[in-house]
Amino acid sequence: MNSKDMAIKVEGISKCYRIGLKEQVHDSMGGAIIDFIKNPLKNYRKYRSLYKFDDVKDNSFAGSEDVIWALREISFTVHKGELLGIIGRNGAGKSTLLKILARITDPTTGRAEIHGRVSSLLEVGTGFHPELTGRENIYLNGSILGMRKMEIDRKFDEIVDFSGVEKFIDTPVKRYSSGMRVRVAFAVAAYLEPEILIIDEVLAVGDEEFQKKCLGKMQDVGQAGRTVLFVSHNMPAVTRLCGRTILLEEGEIIKDGPSREVIGAYLGSETGTIGERVWIDPSKAPAGEVCRLRAVRARSKNGEIIETLDIRQPVRLEMEFEVLKPGHVLMPHYNIFNEEGIELFSAHDLDPEWRGRHRPIGRYVSTAWVPGNFFAEGTVFVAAAMTTLNPNAFQFCALDAVAFNVAESFGGDSARGDWTKQMSGVVRPMLKWSTEFYPQEMY
Amino acid sequence: MNSKSESIVVIKPKSGWQFIDFKELADYRDLFYFLVLRDIKILYAQTILGFLWAILVPLIQIVIFTIIFGKVAKISTEGIPYILYSTVAIIPWTYMSQAMSQSSLSLVTGQGMLGKIYFPRVMFPLIPVLAKFVDFAISLIILFTALIYYRITPTWNLLFLPLFFLQMICIPAGVGMFLSALAIRFRDVKFAMQFILRMLIYSAPIVYSASSIPEKYRLFYSLNPLVSVIEGFRSCLLGTPMQWQYIFPGLLTSIVLVVFGALYFSRMERVFVDVI
Repeated sequence: MNSKDMAIKVEGISKCYRIGLKEQVHDSMGGAIIDFIKNPLKNYRKYRSLYKFDDVKDNSFAGSEDVIWALREISFTVHKGELLGIIGRNGAGKSTLLKILARITDPTTGRAEIHGRVSSLLEVGTGFHPELTGRENIYLNGSILGMRKMEIDRKFDEIVDFSGVEKFIDTPVKRYSSGMRVRVAFAVAAYLEPEILIIDEVLAVGDEEFQKKCLGKMQDVGQAGRTVLFVSHNMPAVTRLCGRTILLEEGEIIKDGPSREVIGAYLGSETGTIGERVWIDPSKAPAGEVCRLRAVRARSKNGEIIETLDIRQPVRLEMEFEVLKPGHVLMPHYNIFNEEGIELFSAHDLDPEWRGRHRPIGRYVSTAWVPGNFFAEGTVFVAAAMTTLNPNAFQFCALDAVAFNVAESFGGDSARGDWTKQMSGVVRPMLKWSTEFYPQEMY
Repeated sequence: MNSKSESIVVIKPKSGWQFIDFKELADYRDLFYFLVLRDIKILYAQTILGFLWAILVPLIQIVIFTIIFGKVAKISTEGIPYILYSTVAIIPWTYMSQAMSQSSLSLVTGQGMLGKIYFPRVMFPLIPVLAKFVDFAISLIILFTALIYYRITPTWNLLFLPLFFLQMICIPAGVGMFLSALAIRFRDVKFAMQFILRMLIYSAPIVYSASSIPEKYRLFYSLNPLVSVIEGFRSCLLGTPMQWQYIFPGLLTSIVLVVFGALYFSRMERVFVDVI
């Protein structure tokens, strides 16, 4: 490739993290006391080991137990003006890749070249301070994102206009609603004019109208000939914005090509079915202190794993988990998203048998029934999460744990009835309709 | 936005020792400015007294010290009124201690930003050092009031004052760079900082006079850069003879401190994000 029209060139980038040695658990008072005395020394070694980075080239290091490779030998190039999507499950290494390209963290091996001015947007509203006014935060956030003061001066009015908070621009941000805060933050980002823009999953905020506005703005950025790297779970947005997409899995690029193809492969991938996800290796499963997720499944009423759901049929969402520590009240819950990343609803366990009860150690399967004639057609993504109650403590959350397609039925017995054209809305309940008829009087 | 000379950034694992990249720092000056401004603005947000605190904090300290060490313990101050004697020391000390403690914890408190955006990391410990300077400038009001009240006439010594201002900034900058990089690895720094500062105040001639230190320990004693700043302030402002034997060793230590702090910081910089 001509080096002149290259924006980003990544060559064999790998990144490993040291996760530190596991804490020891002891069962005797004496052991605990001895351990407590030895602690400072042990802690010192532990925190020091996190810092070792010179032994990376060593091969002995690669096999070491407390090391995780977040990225392995990633290579790709991005042309100027190209919009590249990066997709993959959580933990696939997307964020690490962006962090390296945004220079937040260094790669362990490999190198990358970036030609042009970069702005990275890994979070909306980085550096926002609640005590500062909207105006002050716009300047601060703008300069954090790489704008010069002059540039912000020039675009200030437009930014305020886009955010729609003119009236409160000199009020401390802590008095804003969270929606307003996000809008201001996003408005700043929307007016960035870098040559290369790196964006992490940040579009999943704000209301739908605002999201549309932002997507539109991003499309403009792309059309202006700037290079964009876009990480998202929002598949339609990736398809719409990006011509090319990279699919990451366990730190490696497993597919790189036109967005439609790659996304198709992603949705249909993972051992053939995406309606079931099992963590065979418990050490890789999402887990908290109290419990560990083992599997998530979407089943039909006959118990089959679903790939495509008939819109009229109910779904059984199963979450299989292990309780590792007794004495906690667990609250399994689901967050259900559609393909645009919009959360359709969340559902929390209501099973009366276990409400408020401490759970003994063991394996559980919590099932939630979603009625038929409820989802709209499209892809549904299920996030399985767990929180312990009193006190509330987050345990795990597996985003995109399973996904299934909801297919319309044109038989006339769905919510669609006899309507054959486009139906809007994020859900499609079947409502009970009735009609009262008053015959016209004879005249 | 026509960039004829296109900027190329090469990302690769860094190795070995390197120093602060001043050119890069200059590129980020706008952000630096806004971050310092932010620190200044949020400091007294939602307080009634606001910037008056910048005066009150050292003032209360001065009053307490004057009562305890001046009136009760009657520490010798070579004929200078004790309140004046302690004021010229406590004003720079207040700045240095506050700047040092905030700078040391800057990376830990700023870890949210550390993981989300790139800018030269060395800005983290330097921001509080600069932001606190505003407080210092305000607290100079006390100093000048005291000088006028006691009718101290300025002498040529005053010309050296900028040197000690500079040194006064360098000390917390050096300490801050070193300790902030250490604190992100070992949070112990946060707890140690509290009593270290309390001890440091007695390591410098703030409440007592440097001449009470035995001759044979003088060189060792003056290696403490705080001694040098305090003695420098006294001589410049009160017009007493410049005590170079107390000042030079500390000046050297300050330079070593800044260079070492910057080197250590740059060395540790690359792994900050991975260990927070």
